[in-house]
Amino acid sequence: MKRLLILIGLLFSFSAAAVIEVYSFESEEQEALFRTLTTELRCPKCQNNNLADSNASIAQDMRKKTYQMIENGKSEQQIVDYWIDRFGNFVLYKPPVTIATSVLWLGPGLFVIVGITIIVRNSRRKGQRQDDQSEETLSAAEQDRLANILKDSEK
Amino acid sequence: MTDKRNDSKSNKQLVTRLIPLLAFLIVSAFLYIGLFRDATVLESTFIGRPVPEFALNDLVNPELSHDKSVLTGKPMLLNVWATWCPTCYSEHKFLNELAADGVYIVGMNYKDEREKALVWLDKLDNPYKISLYDPDGMLGLDLGVYGAPETFFIDSQGVIQYKHVGDINPRNWNDELQAIYQQLK
Repeated sequence: MKRLLILIGLLFSFSAAAVIEVYSFESEEQEALFRTLTTELRCPKCQNNNLADSNASIAQDMRKKTYQMIENGKSEQQIVDYWIDRFGNFVLYKPPVTIATSVLWLGPGLFVIVGITIIVRNSRRKGQRQDDQSEETLSAAEQDRLANILKDSEK
Repeated sequence: MTDKRNDSKSNKQLVTRLIPLLAFLIVSAFLYIGLFRDATVLESTFIGRPVPEFALNDLVNPELSHDKSVLTGKPMLLNVWATWCPTCYSEHKFLNELAADGVYIVGMNYKDEREKALVWLDKLDNPYKISLYDPDGMLGLDLGVYGAPETFFIDSQGVIQYKHVGDINPRNWNDELQAIYQQLK
C-alpha cells in the first residue's frame, strides 16, 4: 500500500528548474511589467532566447538591471529605450518600423495585394478571350455557313 | 497594325513572366549576403558616442579608483576580458605584442574574480597600461558588452570610434583593425 502511494505520488511530481532568480515586487503592476519586459526583450548573447528564458550571464545582468529600473519607478518605454540605447533594436522581439525593417512589415501585405491583382487580371483576361471566341462564332460568314449546314441536314 | 499590337502585347507578357525570376534573384542575393554575415555580431550603438561615466576600482591595486578620465587623452584600445573566456586566452599573446609595439591598451576585467585575474596576468604577462575591475559587469552593461572579448577603439577625446567583437589576431589586425587604430586622433 505504501509503495503504491509513493508510486502515485511520483506521478504528480514536477520539476521546478525554470526559476532562475527570485525577485520580489512592491506591486502587482511592477511584477507584470517585469514579466512583459523579460519576455519581450531578447538576450544579446543567446540570440533566440528572451531574457526570461536565458541563463546567460548577460541575461542575468539585464534582468537585474531591469528589476532595479522598475523598482526606481521607470516606465516601460524608458526601460526599453535604455536597452535599445545599449544593444540596438536587436534587443526587441518586435522591431520598430524603419526603412530596414519595412520589408518585414509591408512585405506580407504587398504579397497578398500583388497576388490578388494577378488572379483578378488573369480571370478577366480569360473571360475576355471567351467573349472574343463567342463573337467570332457569330460572324456573318460563319452564320451563313451554319445556316447552309442546317439547311442541308434538314433535307 | 495588328502585328504591332501583338508585338507590344507579347513584350508585356514577357515582362510579366520575368517578374517571378526577378523576385527570385533579389531574394537569392539577400540570402547569399546573409550566408557570410556573422549573426553573433550586433550593430554597435556606441560608435561616435563618448565613454559613459563610471567609477571602478583598479584590478591590481584595490585602493585605487578610476573614472572616465583614464579613457581620454590619447588614442587607445579598451579590451574587455575575463579568465572564464577561452578566446581571451588565445588573444592575450597578440595583445602583448601590440603593447610592445606601443599600442596603448586599457584592460577591463569583466565579471571575474580578482585573484584569478591577477594570476592570469602574472602568468601570461600584462599588456594593459591600466586595468579596470568590473566584477558585476555594470560598466559592461553601460558599454553594451554582451560577451568577451570585446575591444573598443577610443580616440583622444574619449569618443568610441569602433568596437570589435571577438578576438584580435594578426590577421584581422593587419587587414582592418590597425588602420582603424591609426586613424584615431
